[in-house]
Formats: sequence, structure tokens, C-alpha cells
Amino acid sequence: MQMSKYILKRLLFGVVTLFALAAITFFLMHAIPGSPFAGETSHVPAEIRAKLIEHYGLDKSPTEQFVIYMKNALNGDFGTSLNRKGMLVADIIAMGLPVTAKLGACAFCLAMFMGILLGTIGAFAKHRWVKNAITFFATLGVSVPGFLFALFLMVVFGVLLDWFPLIGLSTWKHYIMPSVALSIGPIANITRLTKSSLSEQLKQDYMILARSKGTGQVLVIIRHALKNAMIPIITSAGPLLATLLTGSFVVESLFSIPGIGAEFVNSVSNRDFTLIMALTIMYGAMIIVANILTDIISAMIDPRIRLK
Amino acid sequence: MENEMNKDLLLAEDGLSADDFELLEETEKDSEFIAVEAKTYFQDAWKNFKKNKLATAGLIFLVIMLLAAIFTPMLSPYTYDQQDLTMRNALPSAKHLFGTDKFGRDIFIRVMYGARISLSVGFASAFINLILGVMYGGFCGYFGGKLDMILMRLVDIIYSVPTLLYVILVMLIFGSNIFSVLLAICISGWIGMARQVRAQVMSLKEQEYALAAKVMGASDSRILFKHLVINSIGPIIVTTTHMVPSAIFTEAFLAFVGIGISIPQASWGTMASEARGLIMSYPIQMVWPVLAICLTILSLNFIGDGLNEALDPRKRS
Repeated sequence: MQMSKYILKRLLFGVVTLFALAAITFFLMHAIPGSPFAGETSHVPAEIRAKLIEHYGLDKSPTEQFVIYMKNALNGDFGTSLNRKGMLVADIIAMGLPVTAKLGACAFCLAMFMGILLGTIGAFAKHRWVKNAITFFATLGVSVPGFLFALFLMVVFGVLLDWFPLIGLSTWKHYIMPSVALSIGPIANITRLTKSSLSEQLKQDYMILARSKGTGQVLVIIRHALKNAMIPIITSAGPLLATLLTGSFVVESLFSIPGIGAEFVNSVSNRDFTLIMALTIMYGAMIIVANILTDIISAMIDPRIRLK
Repeated sequence: MENEMNKDLLLAEDGLSADDFELLEETEKDSEFIAVEAKTYFQDAWKNFKKNKLATAGLIFLVIMLLAAIFTPMLSPYTYDQQDLTMRNALPSAKHLFGTDKFGRDIFIRVMYGARISLSVGFASAFINLILGVMYGGFCGYFGGKLDMILMRLVDIIYSVPTLLYVILVMLIFGSNIFSVLLAICISGWIGMARQVRAQVMSLKEQEYALAAKVMGASDSRILFKHLVINSIGPIIVTTTHMVPSAIFTEAFLAFVGIGISIPQASWGTMASEARGLIMSYPIQMVWPVLAICLTILSLNFIGDGLNEALDPRKRS
């Protein structure tokens, strides 16, 4: 199939998926009991409340509300936050996203670099104990929940040793602990993937051929083995990037980072409908784009995928 | 005649004659037949699993944890919500094995109650996801075509709604209890399994034995479940073992964030969350639930990896 046609088809599917996602989230949200005006504004007189509800269009049927919402969203208007008075949802996202994305990008680079490095060492190591140590670390890394690891880092390196600042993101030093906390799980995952994928390649005949032609070990690894082992790594890197760029609730709230990740849980517990919608759509769009990019890059690297 | 001569010639060349040979005894005739005792797939897998030390250690730990979770609460003098305000924040002692928390509750027994919750959430959700995933994935993979495409797109959409949204919704409708957590984990938890089974079935249905079964008049459901699913049992079991830790993870995360099961019930996540406030003054209270979570998940992952090698001969090193 032609590449451009394929991409177009995928994009079209992406748009349909996104629309369905928006619809499901919208109606699920309306099924959640509780109202954004239940908390601090509950003492407000009934007329004013009715006025407020009318002002935000909450008196219309969910279907009508959805149609209005989608119309506005297509014009780039995601409404105002129901919880934070007068704040545009688009502004909240525009403020939080760059912070989260910057941190996510650091964590992503760290995860890819360390994961591929450790995985390669694990696959090629001569000594058995090196292999075992890496396997053990990788399994440990996927076995420790992120929030516990973040807490551990904070206590040991932030409080006891006092090497890194605990909260905020003002200098490069601030980035280290949250990046490590975010990337530990992904590092372990990519290490496992790289190791198993590379071990598979090692058994192939072309590896022996390359070696017997006198190619150096490092060059064989980089030019032949790694290139061929890349597909499963890329396939998991796409969704990983999307997840890291949208942030983590735990890491952001533990390190007091004013990003978008912490926003989601808060918006859900505050019933901030407009913010939930916008964040879900953003998250969905990121995942969809990441998946399409992953498929395109895989097809570029591996001609066998293109032929299908 | 000519043959006879050749034979004599050959023997002569080697310096041997016919007298150097003798006939085999009847009992000796089987000696060429060298083979190990025949084993079934699972016997073979079990033998290989036992060779993996980490996996065996994981299995032993998990069994001990399970037995302890079932029996210690029955035998212990304490309960998970019994407070003793004269014994607050006690360090580990003979009376309170792991010490007590800020309400004077025995931490050891709370860890055991937590094990009940975490392990039942883990195993129950893995079981539900296994059934749902195999049915859905098998159906899609076997029948393929337009229906498959629509069903898989549907799955993509269900999968892309953030889990947290399901969780909140379920919690609000059914309340904060273990069943809500379970339900919320299962809404999108089975999708990984469905994708895995679908891929397996799609490649296996092209095999000759599937065609042969069809020619011999086997029904679709028989081919699917008795042939294709059975032949992908290895990946299915491995995916299931990895589902248990991920469910335990999710439960702990939800509890830590404060939207899991309601207090005073103990889960490892709620205990970690409660100990967080005292982490600088009584770090020991944090250690127990964390140790329980990490060791259990580590064991499950080792078991999963061990099974992965044991069930797939190609992956053995």
C-alpha cells in the first residue's frame, strides 16, 4: 500500500476514535453523580444557582450539551474551568503542558538511553553475573510501584543526603529526581525488551557472517543487531512517549510540579467537567498520534512491514 | 552371490572375519532405542520451571504469603481495626511483630489483611480478564474480517479512556469497596489479553491442523477452543501471570492516591499512604507495606518469567 494513503487512512481512523472517545467520556462524566456546584457554592441562593446552571448550559440534555461542546471544541474553544473561576481550560493546559512535557522528554530520553544500554550489556555480557544482575535489576524495576520509588528517592536523596532539591522545577538539579522517578519503570521495561530482542538476533546467521568477515564487536552490535532488534523497542516507545509527555499524577503531586499530570486527578475529583473533557481528548490524541508515528517509523526501518 | 563376495572382501579388508560377530540376544535388541521417558507438555514445563531458582523462590514466597494471608488473621489475637491508644507508633517487639501504627493498630496483622485484599484483587481480576480476553480475542481472531475490525476499534476506544475515569465512576456508583476496585480494573484490563489471543489465533488458524479439523467437520467453537486456544496456552498463561502484579499495582496506586477501598480497612496501598505522613519520624511503618508490595510483585514477575521460559521451548537458554 502507498505510504501516504496508509497514513491518511490511519489519521482518519484516529479522528473517528477521538470522536468516540470524546463521546464516551462526555456521557460517562454526566453519569457521575455530584455537581460542580455542590461544594463551596452550596450556600448560594437557589435562584443564583439556577442562573449559574443555566449560564454553563447544565440544564440542557446531555446530548444537546455534547453537540454544543463538540461545536465549540472544533473551533478551539474548550470552555472555562468549572472549578477555577474564570480560567480558560485552554489556558490551564497551555500553562501545565510545557512543564510536564519538558520533564517527560527528559524522562523519555533517560529511559531510552539507559534501557537500550543496559539491555545491550545484558544480552552481550560475557560474565554470567553481569547478565543476572541486569535481569534482576530489570525485574526489580518493574516490581516497585512508581509512587514508592519516588518517595524513596525523596527521602534518601532529598532529605537524608540532601543532594537534590525536593520540590519545584527551577534549576536543572530539580529535574533529576522526578525524571529518575518517572523513568525507572520504563528503563526496566526497555531493558527487558532490548535484552530479549537482541538475544533473538544473536542466534541469526547474519550475525555470525558479520563477525566472520572481521567486523568488530561494537560495530556488529550497533549496525546489525541493534538495528534489527529495534522494532519491538520502537513499538513500545511510542505509547511511552505519549504517557510521559502527559505526566504522572503521583510524581507531579509528590514533587509539587505545576504540570498537567496532577491536574487530571484533581479535575476528576472536583467534577470539573470541561477540564476532564479537554484533558481526556488531549491524552487520547497524544496516544493516537504516537501510535501512528510508531507504525510509520517501524515501516521505515523494516521493509517487511511495508510489504504487508 | 556377488553380495556375499563383497561382504567377505570388506571384512577381509578390515582384518575381520564372520567369526568375529555373534548374534544379539533377544533382550539386547532394544538397545538402539534410546529415549527419555515420555512427558506431557506440563510435566516438561514444570521440570524446566523448577530449574529456575528465582522463579521457584518466587513461587515459594507467594505460597507462604497466600497461606499467611488466609490463616494468620484467624489465629492472631489482633484485628485490623483494633486500636490500642496506649501503644501508638510502637517499634517492632515480641507483642507486635512489626510494631504498631499511629492508632496503635498491629501492623503485622494489617499487612496480612492487606495481603488478603491485594492478592484477591490480583488473582480475581486476572481470572476475569483471562476469561473475557480469551473469548473476545479468540472470536475476533478466528472470524476476522469487518466484524473483527469494528470490534478491535471498539477495544481501542475503551482502552484509551483513562482508567482513573472508570475508577471514579464505579466508586461513585458502587461505593468505595474491594468490588469497585476489581470492577474498575477489569473494565479495560482484559484488553491486553484480547489482543494477545487475537494475534495468536490469527496466525494459528492458517496452520494445516486447523484446516484439517475443519475438513473433518469440527465446529468453529471446537476448532477455536480445543485447537487454537489450547495451542496458544503458553502466551496466555504468561500474560495472565503478568496481569496479577499489574492489578496489585493499580490497587496500591488507587489506595495511595486515596480513592481505593475505604478506611479502616487495610490494603498495602492505604497503609503506605497512611505511613507517608510519618515517614520522617517512624520510617519503619512505611517499610512493611512497601516490602510486602515489592516482594509479592517481584515474586509474581519471577514466576511469570520462569513460566515464559518453561512453557516456550524456543525461549530456553
